[in-house]
Amino acid sequence: MSNNLKTLTNGILRENPTFALVLGMCPTLATTTSAMNGMSMGLATLFVLVCSNVVISLLKNLIPDKVRIPAFIVVIATFVTLVQLLLQAYVPVVYDKLGLFIPLIVVNCIVLGRAEAFAAKNSVGLSALDGLGMGLGFTLSLTVIGMIRELLGTGAVFGLHIYNDHYASLIFVLAPGAFIALAYLMAIMNKIVKK
Amino acid sequence: MVLSLVSISVVAAVALAGVFLLTSSRIESEKQKKQQQAIMDVLPQKGAGAEIAAPEQVGEVTIYRATKDGKEIGAAVEVSEMGFGGLQKIMVGFDPEGKIIDYAILDQQETPGLGDHIVDWFKNADKPGQNIIGRKAGEFKVSKDGGDVDAITAATISSKAFLRAINKAYKAYMGDADAHSGASKQQHAEPAEAEEHHCQGHHGEGHQCSGHCQHGEGHKCQGHCSHHAQENQSGKEADHE
Repeated sequence: MSNNLKTLTNGILRENPTFALVLGMCPTLATTTSAMNGMSMGLATLFVLVCSNVVISLLKNLIPDKVRIPAFIVVIATFVTLVQLLLQAYVPVVYDKLGLFIPLIVVNCIVLGRAEAFAAKNSVGLSALDGLGMGLGFTLSLTVIGMIRELLGTGAVFGLHIYNDHYASLIFVLAPGAFIALAYLMAIMNKIVKK
Repeated sequence: MVLSLVSISVVAAVALAGVFLLTSSRIESEKQKKQQQAIMDVLPQKGAGAEIAAPEQVGEVTIYRATKDGKEIGAAVEVSEMGFGGLQKIMVGFDPEGKIIDYAILDQQETPGLGDHIVDWFKNADKPGQNIIGRKAGEFKVSKDGGDVDAITAATISSKAFLRAINKAYKAYMGDADAHSGASKQQHAEPAEAEEHHCQGHHGEGHQCSGHCQHGEGHKCQGHCSHHAQENQSGKEADHE
């Protein structure tokens, strides 16, 4: 039981994909212009992570070692396309916001990384938990980065105005702001976790 | 090795095809709904009670004319223009005089936090410098280019593209209206021309006619002419002159 819990929390804190493993930087930097965008991206990735981890864990004995990477990619790409179609059909608002970045989940290093490092070696249940933990960790980090960037850049969080946007510094919504926010958060996380 | 890869791919393909079939009609209807909603949103009174005519294609612009109780109340015009990050697809509503009622962004890929402000920047009634609602389009320009519309801060390219699109929509809509009235004017003009022609032709002696007129009966002469032409058009009676 403690093992399960450890697997779940592993992705959220100790091996947080964004702050500790520093994987999946492309969507992290690109989609966190607002808290909502970051969270939607995180949740989409969470879904793909859990599904692909489960399927790859199920198939791990059937896939020969030599072709495991292409096989993993096919599985991941399938789930990503599913997410894309489902979002487009049922939550077009979210799809409009994320658009381009959904297909890019395919090449998100976290997904392939977890498939290779965890799902290919562990049981189905543990793999699902790992996917869930990693996905939650990714979602949380993206939401926090998005909140900070939105707050400093536009004076709002989740679209709720907190202070006059005259005093906001636009740079936080732009690319440089992503790096600045990420770096500070990473430093803080390191300070907390490494102690 | 090959077998496992092939079978994984086949399963994946089947799953994808299945989901695609399940979702494709819904995706299509969502798109249609969004477009219909946008048409309604940009018409007067949110298109309440309006009847939308079949789309009209003018170049790359699509016009949806709206009528209410048989009277034209305006039109929703769909237009797209290359912005900063991609194509901006805009639905803009005009009243019959060409004043902008409202607009809606159907699709855009502008920079989030900057260019994507096009969604509401140009319909801010509190800031007349950037508001275009209720104004006539056609010559919109950002203030940087000597125009009178304030561009979005740090997103001039997106703003310019947006205004270009609105101008294009206006020209397509009003240009089309102009073409209609132009055509009707021409219809009026044609018989007049014909009359003149007939008149001159019939007399065969335009000079004489004007000579006549100078003799003191300008009115009559002209009256004669048109009268004549009408007769000529209806029959050949004019010959006896």
